[in-house]
This record gives sequence, structure tokens and C-alpha cells, in this order.
Amino acid sequence: MATDKSSMQLITNGILNENPIFRLVLSMCPAVGISTTVMNGFMLGIAVLFVQVFSSLTIAIFKNVIHPRIRIPTYTLTIATWVTVIDMVLAAYLPEAYAKMGIFIKLIVAFAIITMRLEMFASKETVSASFFDGIGMGLGFMAGMMAIGFVRELLGLGSLLGYDLLGFKPMLFFVLPLAGFFCVGLMMGFFNYIETRYKSAKRAQA
Amino acid sequence: MKMIAMLRRVWPTSLFLLLLIPAFAWAGSIAGQRFGAADEIVLTFGAAPEQTTATNPQNYSVHEEADPDIRLAVSAASLGSDGRSVTLKFAAPLNTLKPHVVAVTGQGGESIRVAKSYLGYLFGILVSALLINNFVFTKYLGLCVFFGTSKRKDTAKGMGFTFLIVMVVSAIMSWFFYQFILKPFQLNFLQIVVFIGLVSLTVQAVDTVLRKVNPVLFNSFGVYLVLVIANCVILAVPLILANNEYNFFETVMLAVGAGGGFMLALYLMASVRERLELANVPRSFRGVPIAFIVAGQFALAFLGFSGLSIF
Repeated sequence: MATDKSSMQLITNGILNENPIFRLVLSMCPAVGISTTVMNGFMLGIAVLFVQVFSSLTIAIFKNVIHPRIRIPTYTLTIATWVTVIDMVLAAYLPEAYAKMGIFIKLIVAFAIITMRLEMFASKETVSASFFDGIGMGLGFMAGMMAIGFVRELLGLGSLLGYDLLGFKPMLFFVLPLAGFFCVGLMMGFFNYIETRYKSAKRAQA
Repeated sequence: MKMIAMLRRVWPTSLFLLLLIPAFAWAGSIAGQRFGAADEIVLTFGAAPEQTTATNPQNYSVHEEADPDIRLAVSAASLGSDGRSVTLKFAAPLNTLKPHVVAVTGQGGESIRVAKSYLGYLFGILVSALLINNFVFTKYLGLCVFFGTSKRKDTAKGMGFTFLIVMVVSAIMSWFFYQFILKPFQLNFLQIVVFIGLVSLTVQAVDTVLRKVNPVLFNSFGVYLVLVIANCVILAVPLILANNEYNFFETVMLAVGAGGGFMLALYLMASVRERLELANVPRSFRGVPIAFIVAGQFALAFLGFSGLSIF
């Protein structure tokens, strides 16, 4: 079964329509836990993008060989392998960023989004479609993380990407780890509000 | 063979459990010892010591039992009003979870071990994982499942209970694999693969056993089993216990604390969300967004546990 969507549609689908963080509400742990700055979001986004793309590729290539009864453990082990790879690469080449991520890099294994994409998409579609879907989902995750990081860094520290923009700290509260809950909740509510306004405007037009 | 090796590893701990609490009265003139405030050790002498020697910080040398090379600086020693107890003040707060050794040089090289009771320490791990470092509200782990299954109290109880069982079983298995296979053969880089594999295995095993043994229970809890694999906490616990080199008892305590803490968080959240269904929430905040804000408030409340220290 091949999807009729083009590669570009698959990528934008992951970023907008099925954004892992704001639309599917999956992989919330990092979105709350380490989204204090844009850079953190970007780094973890890269790691997730890597794992998602390569796991999707692996499963798409071997989908006909995997017995349906043991597919979930197979997915998990595939993801674990790729996570081990990125874990060791980051630990070797970017030790500072790795120290900031803490345990979350290893926990990518348990992010629901990756397993879900393997189950829903890569195990049914062609290799190239899975590749673009993986890129879309990874970029969507990265965009979500960076959006949360943007709000928290700007409001909490008054800076972006480490550069001091405002010169003062508007709401230091947002740097506190637990403010992630409030931040994600408020942003989701905001996006929902925009969506309902957009839809009602469309309906009024029609 | 494995059993023997395990027994050998565990027996010092069990012996330690027997020795328990502060009754190490073997040291001659020092009758008692305990931790005072975060940067204090209080020694009680059998006979009143001479004031000048007892209050000279130079006469004491203190180190953590694990690192004899690192001497901790005693900044002041003061004699208590009863004339027998000496309070040692340190420049930096002590890690009171670790046993310390105090050597009194003025008393003929006598040394004494200062430690909290081991049961208290184990209990401390449990309470810490349950409340102080609750995995959901202060470590932000397991949130997908947390928000997914906290809509109703029944669901929350089922999920929490299933999770607790899988958690304890898989943590014990992970400890075993880590201590006897990964570490001896230097396969530490396989941690993630092995731990997640063990979790999947446990889930599959609980699934099969429960289906045969108690079909009623399986019908109510079976659906949550698959969700357990997608929960970060289940992988975080083996990683933490491997990082901290926990022994068997500490592992069990951490697993029970983590599972219990998750159950507690789910149940609290479900209680609030059942009431939220009836509340008049602004339309764009209905469902998940308001749940996030409630969770944030819970996290604020759990911040209050952070100063808690028992024993």
C-alpha cells in the first residue's frame, strides 16, 4: 500500500497537521523537562530526527520479514540500537550539550512518537515514503521543542540562543523546570484558539 | 553459580541490617555519634574530655568511608553544655547519606564510624522516589501515559497498578543483568538495548501469565500493558540504578517508589480531571491544555516536598 502524498506533503504533514507535540500530544516528557532554551530544543530535535529517520528506514526495509506477533519488540530494539548510536556520538563529539540533555537522550527509546510512526506508517508504506515521513516527524518535533524553548527563553531569561535581547528578565518563573507544564498548556490553548478562530472565519466566508 | 555470587554480594548488606542502628559502641571513649545539622557531626564521649584538646579542630580528621583520601575540613569544634558532647562544624555540608569516619588524633588514634541506619537510608530512597523526586512532577518523565490515562479514576488505578508490577519485576531483572552480565563483560554500551529488551520481555510475560491465571484481571488491566513500554519511567529506573551502582535492596526500594509515585500522581490527576469535566473551562483550553496547567500546579505543590528529610 503506497501513500498518494508527495514527499513535500509528507514533510509538512509532520510539521503542521500531525505535529508530534502540539497535535498528537506525544513525547511530552522532553517538551516539559528540558525545553528551557531554544538550543536545548534544537539539540534534542536533531537526536530525535536522526533516530526517527533511521528507525523508519530500517523498519520499512525489513517490514516483510518481521513477524506481526513480535513486531512491537522488534520496533523497540531497532529504536534502541539507533539511540545507542546517537547517544555515543553525542557523548564523544558534543560532551557539553550531552551533559545538559542528561538522561533524556537515552530515553528517546521510550518516546511514544517514534514507536507510533513505525507502527502506523513505516510498517505499511514504501521505503522512500517512510524516509520523508520520518523527516517530517523529526522536524515537527524539533519545531515544537524550539517553539516552547523560544517562549521560555524569551520570557524567562530575556535572551534567544544565548544572546541577551531584552536586557532584563521579564518572568524568571518560566526558567523553572516545572513552568514547562504551564508553558505547554498555555501554548496549546493558544493554538487551539487560533484554530477555532481560523475555522469560524472560513465558515463565515463559505 | 549465579545464586552463590548473588548471595556473596548480598550478605554484607544483610549482616549490616542485623547490626543496625547506632549501636556501634565498640569504640572506647566515644560513646555516641550522630549527624547534627547538614554540616555537623555530634560526638559524645564516655568521660568528659579535656577542653583544649576537644575543641581544637586539628585533633579531628574526617573522611567519607568510600574516599579515605579526601579529608573533610573541620572548621570548628565546640564542647556542649554537658561537657561530654563535641559538635564538629564543617566548612561544606556533608553528604549524610554516606557513612563517614571520624578519627580523633588526640585520643590515641581512635576512630569511629558515623552513619545513618541502613533501614532509614532504604526508606529514604523509597520516600524520595515517591514524593521528593516524584518521577512525574519533579523529573517530568512518563508524561505521555500520564496525560493519556488520567481521565478516570478507575483507569488511573488500573494503569498505576499494572505499572507498579511491571516496574518492580523489570527493575529487579535489569539489576541482575547489569551486575552479572553487563558489568563483568564490559558491555555497558548495550545498556539501553538490554534494558528496553527486558522491559518488553516483562510486559510480554505479565501479559501471558495474567491471561492464563486471572482472566478477569487481564480484561481490566490488559489494555494498559502495551502502554507501559512507551513510558519513560520504566527505562529511567534501570538507567538510574546502573548509574548509582545500587544494590539489590536499594533497587527494589527505588522501583517501588517510582511505581508508587507514578500511581499516586495518576490518581491525584484523575481525581482533579473528573471534576474538571463538570467545570466551565474556556473552550480552547478544554481537554489536554487545562490538564497541563493542573499538572503544573501539582508540580508546584510537590516542590514543597523538596526540603523533606527523614532520618
